[in-house]
Amino acid sequence: MTEMSKIVKTITAITFPFVTIYGLYIIMHGHLTPGGGFQGGAVVASACAMILVAYGSKWVLDRVKEKNLSVFESLGAIGFIGIAFFGLIFGAVFFKNFLVGSNFLFGIIPASGSGLADINTGGVLPLMNLAVGLKVIAGLFAIVLVMAYATTSYKEGKK
Amino acid sequence: MIFNIPYIAVVALILIGLYAIIFKRNLIKIVIGVTLIESGVNLFLITLGYRTGSVAPIYTSKPQGANIMALPVPQALTLTSIVIGVAVLALMLSLVIFIYRHYGTLDVKKVRRLKE
Amino acid sequence: MNIPEYTPALVVAIPLLGAFLTPLVGRVNDKLRNIFVILILAINAMLVALLSYDVLVNGIQTYIFGAKDLSYPIVRILFEVDAMSVFMAIIGSIVLLVAVIYSWAFMKENTGLDKYYTLILLLTAGMLGMMLTGDMFNFFVFLEITSISSCALIAFRTDSAESIEAAFKYIVVSAIGALFVLFAIALLYGQYDALNIAALSNAIQYTFLDKIALVLLIAALGMKSGIAPMHMWLPDSYGKAPATISLVLVSATLASLYGALRVIFTLYGNVLSTISNSGIPLNVSIGWLIIALAVVSIIIGVIMALIQSDFKRLIAYGAVAEIGYMFLAIGTGIAALGTQYGETALTGGIFHIMNDAMDVGLLFLVAGAIYYSTKESSLNKMGGFARNMKYTTILFIIGFLAVSGIPPMNGFASKLLIYESTFMLNPILAIIAILGSILLLAIFVKVFYSAFMGPEIPRFKNVKEVPKSMLFAMGIIACIIIFFGLFPELVITNIVEPAKNALMGYSGYVSQIVGGGI
Repeated sequence: MTEMSKIVKTITAITFPFVTIYGLYIIMHGHLTPGGGFQGGAVVASACAMILVAYGSKWVLDRVKEKNLSVFESLGAIGFIGIAFFGLIFGAVFFKNFLVGSNFLFGIIPASGSGLADINTGGVLPLMNLAVGLKVIAGLFAIVLVMAYATTSYKEGKK
Repeated sequence: MIFNIPYIAVVALILIGLYAIIFKRNLIKIVIGVTLIESGVNLFLITLGYRTGSVAPIYTSKPQGANIMALPVPQALTLTSIVIGVAVLALMLSLVIFIYRHYGTLDVKKVRRLKE
Repeated sequence: MNIPEYTPALVVAIPLLGAFLTPLVGRVNDKLRNIFVILILAINAMLVALLSYDVLVNGIQTYIFGAKDLSYPIVRILFEVDAMSVFMAIIGSIVLLVAVIYSWAFMKENTGLDKYYTLILLLTAGMLGMMLTGDMFNFFVFLEITSISSCALIAFRTDSAESIEAAFKYIVVSAIGALFVLFAIALLYGQYDALNIAALSNAIQYTFLDKIALVLLIAALGMKSGIAPMHMWLPDSYGKAPATISLVLVSATLASLYGALRVIFTLYGNVLSTISNSGIPLNVSIGWLIIALAVVSIIIGVIMALIQSDFKRLIAYGAVAEIGYMFLAIGTGIAALGTQYGETALTGGIFHIMNDAMDVGLLFLVAGAIYYSTKESSLNKMGGFARNMKYTTILFIIGFLAVSGIPPMNGFASKLLIYESTFMLNPILAIIAILGSILLLAIFVKVFYSAFMGPEIPRFKNVKEVPKSMLFAMGIIACIIIFFGLFPELVITNIVEPAKNALMGYSGYVSQIVGGGI
C-alpha cells in the first residue's frame, strides 16, 4: 500500500500512543473489568494496523521483519503454557491458580460488592492475560503485515 | 414478545449467511457469508445468558438491592467462539489472496480445475 | 510426582508445549528441530501407551483441570478417558509418529518447514484433545483447532494452484460444520445448564429441541467424517495434500467419527430406545438412516474410483468407500441395539476404524514415495516401477490386499465381522458390501498393473529406491497390518472388546462423574 498525506501521518503518530496505552489498560485490568487478553491485544493490533495504513507498507516492512514477530508470539504462548505447568509443579493440578491467597504477587482475595477493587488480586489471571495479550498483538500484527506484503509484491510483478 | 427478538435475529442472520454461501459467485461474498453465520451463532450463545432483571456479573461492584446476576459462562463461550472466528477468517482471506494470484479471477465458477 | 495420574493432561499439553517451542528451536538448526519433533512425538506415544494400560486395567480415568475434587454443580473442564477414547488415541499417536519419521526425507526440499512442524504438533494436540475430552464445548474448541491446522497443512505447497483450491473448499465446509456443532451445543446448554457430557447424559429428556440438536450434530460430524453425500471435500483435500498430510488427515477425520459415536451412544444413550410418534424406536430410525448413507457412500466411492486417473485421488475415493463400511457396521449396531449380531457389528466397525487408518495410510505413503522419486502423480504416465523400486512394490501389494479384505491381512478380519452381522440384519446389505470389496480389489489390481508392472518407460529408467527413513516408516505400518491380520483374536479381546463395551455401557461413563462423585 502507498503512504497517505502528511496530515494523516501526523495525526496517526499523535494518536498511536494513546490507543496503545488504552489497549494495555484493557489487558492489565482483565480480572476487574470486562476485557482481558484477547480484547486488549486486538485494540493494540488495530493501532499497529493504523500505522501500517497511514505510513505505507514499505516504510513498516523496512523496520519490522516478520521473523522477529514470531519470537514474540512464541514467547507469549510459552508463557501461557509455562504458567499452566507451574500450576502442576506447585499445586499438583494442571492450571491451578497457585498465586491466589499467597503473599507473593497477586494474592489478595476481595470481598463481594466492595466497590472498586485493587489490581493486586486474582492470582495467576493477570499473568495469563499478559501472555495472551502479547501473543495476540504479535499474531494479529503479523497477519496484517503478511497480507500487505503479499499484495504489494504481487503488484510489483514479483512471482 | 420483546424477549424473542434476539432469537428472530439469530435465525435471520443464519439464513442470510446460508443464502450468501450458496448463491453468490464472488469468493469474498462467500467468506462474508461464513462470517455472518458465525455472528448469528455468537448472538445465540450470548442471548442464552440473560435472566430477567439481572445486572452485569462483576464480582466486586455489586449494587445494593440487586439479587440476580446474569450468567457469566455464556460470555466466556462467546469470547472463545469469536477468537476462533477471527482465526478462520484470517485463514480464508489468505487463501483468497493466493487463489487470485494463481487463477487471476475471483469468480467461483472459474476456480474449478479439480473436476469429477 | 505420580506420572500415571497426570497422563490425560500431559498427552495434550506436551505437544502443545512442543508446538510453541519449535520456531525457537528451528532458528538454531534444522536437524535439531527434526529430532526435537520426533522426540516429542515419541514421548507422547509412550504416554499414550501408559494411559491405555492404566485404563484397560483400572477402568475409566478422569482428570479435572484447576481443582482437586469436583464440586456440584459441575463447572470444571475435565478429561474422561474410557477404553474407546484410548483406542482412538493409540491410532492417532502411531499415525503421527510414522508421518513425522516419513517427512524427514520427504519434505526436505520444501522451505518453511518451521511452520510445517509447528502445525503438525498443533494438529496432534487438537486431535488427541478431541479424543480424550469429557466436555462438549472443549470438544468443539479442539475440533476447530484440528480443522484450522489441517487446512493450513493441505495448502502447504503454495505454488500449486489445485492445493489452494482444495484447501479453500475444505475450510468453508469445515467452518460451517463446526458452527452447526456449536449451535447444537448452545441448544443443549440452554435447556439443561450443563456442558459436561456425563451431566448432560444424565439430564436429557427427548424434547423437540433435543431432536434438532441430534440432527445437527449427526449431520455436521458426518460431514467432517466424509460420508456421502457430504464427501465432496474429501477427494480434493486428500488428493492434493502432501502424502504425509493425507495420512494425518485420515486420522483427523476418524476423530470426528469418534465424536459422532460419543454423541449417539453416550450423550443420547438414555433415550435411544424411546418410541417416537410413528411407532418406530429412535435407534431403528437413526440406524437405518446411517445405513442408507453408508451404502450410498460405498457405491459412490467405488464407482468414482473406477474412472480416476490421478493416483492419490483414486486412493481418496477408496477411503470414502472405507468410511462407508465403518458407518454400515455402526448403523447396524445402532439399529439392532441389544441383540448379539448388533454387538458383533459394532465390534467389526470399531476394529475397521483402526484397520482402515493403517491400510489407506500405507497406500498414501506409497503414492508419496512414487511422487518423491519421479515427480509424477498421474496413472496414465506411470509404468514399470517394479524393476527399480522393489520394496515399494511389496508395500503396495500389502496395502491393497489389506484394503480389499483379503486374508491374511487385517482388513479381512474386520470385514468378515461386518459381512456376518449385516447379513443378519438384511441380506442385501451384505451383498452390497461384498461387491464393494471385490470392485475395490479389481480397481487396485488395475492400478498395480499399470503403475508397477508392464514395460519400462525410458523416462523412468534411472529412478532409485526411496531413502531408508521413508522405507522404515512404511515398514512400521506394514508390520502392524500383518501382525493384526495373523492374530486378530489377540487384538479383539484386548483392545476392541473393551472399547465396544465402554461405548455401549454409557451408565458407567455417567456414574463416574454424577453418581458416585470423584
